[in-house]
Amino acid sequence: MKIIKKAQSGSFESSDIIVLIEPVVEKSGRNIEIDSSVMLEFGDAIAKLILDKLDEYNITDIHLIVKDKGALEPTINARLETAIMRACDLQKGTL
Amino acid sequence: MKNIIGREVPEYIEGIGKTDMFIGAWEKLKKGWMDEPTIPPPNKAKTPHLSKICETLEEAIKKTSPKDGMTVSFHHHLRNGDNILVRSIEILANMGIKNITLASSSLNEVHNPILKYLKDGTITKIWSSGIRGDIGKAVSEGVLDIPVIIHSHGGRVRAIHTGKINLDLAIVAASAADEEGNATGSHGKSAFGSLGYASIDMRYAKQVIVITDTMVEYPCIPISITQNFVDYVVKVDSIGDASKIATGSTRITKSPMDLRIAKIAADVIEHSGLFVPGFSFQVGAGGASLAVAKFIREKMIKSKIKGSFILGGVTSYVVDMLNEGLFNAIFDVQSFDAAVSSSLMENSNHIEIPAALYANPYNCGCMTNKLDIVVLGALEIDLDFNVNVITGSDGTIRGASGGHSDTASGANLTIVVCPSFRGRLPIVKKYIHTVVTPGETVDVLVTERGICVNPIKPELEENLKKAGLNVRKIQDLQEEVEAIVGKVKEVEYTDKIVGIVEYRDGTIIDVIRQVKK
Repeated sequence: MKIIKKAQSGSFESSDIIVLIEPVVEKSGRNIEIDSSVMLEFGDAIAKLILDKLDEYNITDIHLIVKDKGALEPTINARLETAIMRACDLQKGTL
Repeated sequence: MKNIIGREVPEYIEGIGKTDMFIGAWEKLKKGWMDEPTIPPPNKAKTPHLSKICETLEEAIKKTSPKDGMTVSFHHHLRNGDNILVRSIEILANMGIKNITLASSSLNEVHNPILKYLKDGTITKIWSSGIRGDIGKAVSEGVLDIPVIIHSHGGRVRAIHTGKINLDLAIVAASAADEEGNATGSHGKSAFGSLGYASIDMRYAKQVIVITDTMVEYPCIPISITQNFVDYVVKVDSIGDASKIATGSTRITKSPMDLRIAKIAADVIEHSGLFVPGFSFQVGAGGASLAVAKFIREKMIKSKIKGSFILGGVTSYVVDMLNEGLFNAIFDVQSFDAAVSSSLMENSNHIEIPAALYANPYNCGCMTNKLDIVVLGALEIDLDFNVNVITGSDGTIRGASGGHSDTASGANLTIVVCPSFRGRLPIVKKYIHTVVTPGETVDVLVTERGICVNPIKPELEENLKKAGLNVRKIQDLQEEVEAIVGKVKEVEYTDKIVGIVEYRDGTIIDVIRQVKK
């Protein structure tokens, strides 16, 4: 999958996560920045979740920034998917 | 070696000495007297009509002849508005005094500026009931060679009158005082209420300075600090930031989570068998804990139950309950908001008490021993109901022991209220960073996901189940929480001990190790 445009999802609220995605030059790889209020306790877990999600969508080139305030895994997954689908222009309108 | 509750505590601690191991909450007190003697307080004298007034705090401190290695004490009734502690330490540092032992009843964010004096050898040892802010973080990272000693409010009194803390100088901030040093916290522009924690300091410190921003005509009434213990009196423009000392009325939380927990806790109290006429009660000032008072108030009115006394840290909310006739008296060791000060002044059933009467284990019975129900918070709680209120999820010092273990030990029903997890961090855990309050003194845990009763209280569990409350095993709750938040990566420590947690009887219940960077 190819990142076409800038996109974001989520919020800065406590127990949520904000995900920002930018397209990058082809073959420049994955540039991932993680900032979390629970970095020490869950930083590795969050990183793994992100990589798994990018693999799932076959995304190899991306600039992705997340700022987490203690979101649970389902929240992180939902925010990631939303941002990815918006950035890849897969999201066809909202309700 | 492992102590009786399974905490790894060395038998000898560098800078402290041989460890007096925790042996159980009431074991040491059982025989009815203590082997440690009470040390004699200093004998002082003054000839008639000498003036105690000093123009500046600096002048007063110089008159006390401070020296290297001295111990200086403060109280924390000014909370986060205090500017006396920092100023005093700055004066001592400017005089070139080194190796100071700081014995403040607690340390807050407002004291952050003294961090530089921990680094340069001005302050080398700390006794306190709690450490927050930059100092807690720095201590956890190993800024001091000698571990800090965390005591409870009751334990502090014991440590002073047995001479473990040997006070050379006590600097007592008061919101009103007279020229002889009679002083109070109940009126004046920086009124903060009870002076309960300072009482033991004035009796035992070799030198006592009273510092105030409101000088009143002799005599200052009510007399919390009495002139016969006071060496010098200083008038300053301000003892602190009044807006942070006296923060109006404490409001009941609006957080749906805290309210839900509080409501369940109130149901627990109602069906515990202890919600009977004449019961005594203590709640904290924090979110869910104070909110329990709201629901208990409603239940007391509905079922026409009148209680005996309210103890502890006092908020305006429980003052309202006194005024409504729901309780006979308030015993106030520490006041949490401005509205409390006026009640302390005007209501003869709202009584200021010293920390010794509040919670000291080494006497013929402190008031926490008479407590029926207490509602407390927790940073972490383990499967044996041991509670941590001192270190955060990252293992660094950021909380306070306060009266937690004192009240838990005394009360018939000790309820810990907390969410099962906070911002993805589990509160109910298999292993907690530090134990402050032993599980044998905790009866029930109330979370938004259910109630866990300590197996040592089967009757209580039966009562709550009969009432149809959601009682469950703490192990099940812990597993459920872990499944929701995921597995936490454990904090790594070095072997260096940065803090010691004294139980109220002076034994060591746990140690705090340096966090690996």
